[in-house]
Amino acid sequence: MPTKLIVDCSTGVTTEVELTAEEIAQREADAAAFAEAKAIEEAEAQAKLAEKEAIAAKLGLTPEELLKLLS
Amino acid sequence: MATTYEAIATVTVGSGGAANIEFTSIAADWTDLLLKLSGRTNKAQKQENIQLYFNTSNSNFSFKMLIGDGSAATSYGTTNSQVADVPAATMTANTFGNMEIYIPNYAGSNNKSFSVDSVDEGNQTTVYSYLTAGLWSQTAAITGIKIAPAGANNFVQYSTATLYGIKNS
Repeated sequence: MPTKLIVDCSTGVTTEVELTAEEIAQREADAAAFAEAKAIEEAEAQAKLAEKEAIAAKLGLTPEELLKLLS
Repeated sequence: MATTYEAIATVTVGSGGAANIEFTSIAADWTDLLLKLSGRTNKAQKQENIQLYFNTSNSNFSFKMLIGDGSAATSYGTTNSQVADVPAATMTANTFGNMEIYIPNYAGSNNKSFSVDSVDEGNQTTVYSYLTAGLWSQTAAITGIKIAPAGANNFVQYSTATLYGIKNS
């Protein structure tokens, strides 16, 4: 069973407690939501990159050459 | 001389690992908070994102991140409550990442902006440094901070977190 560390800042006492079934479910849900959002972000980044590469290709340049041109 | 920089609490992960680290019952005694983490997780990859929670919530966050990997710099925005990476299981053994989360005016009644800087550590070509601007769009005072590996993994033994309180005078 996974555990968590809780530090009570009012007392300075640290306790290690096992996650409850609800906390484990929430942890899994948070991880799934994170992975899904991350996948969307990466897909958007890839789409932007593909768009840039398409523009560069139209100009007969590599993306690196286009970047140098614009810098 | 007044004490303006005080270690409120520190915790080190034991041999069994830890799913998360929570600082609770944070008093409004300081002006700013600073959380320092030396961390590593057991995810079967080189890095793992760390998620941040204020008052048990990982909602209403937004971030602007600047990331360098030694050969290129990238920047992007996200509403995922990911603050940065730390090394994970396949990174160089026994290396830990450093992270600092600085939260000014944490007890005020405005939305909470904060900054994060972090670096991985690893004896390899690609490691990451992060500089992150964060916003938590909530007006409640921050009384609790939780950090957790984003993939439902565990912080490994010897990961250490220390929460500091900083006064402006």
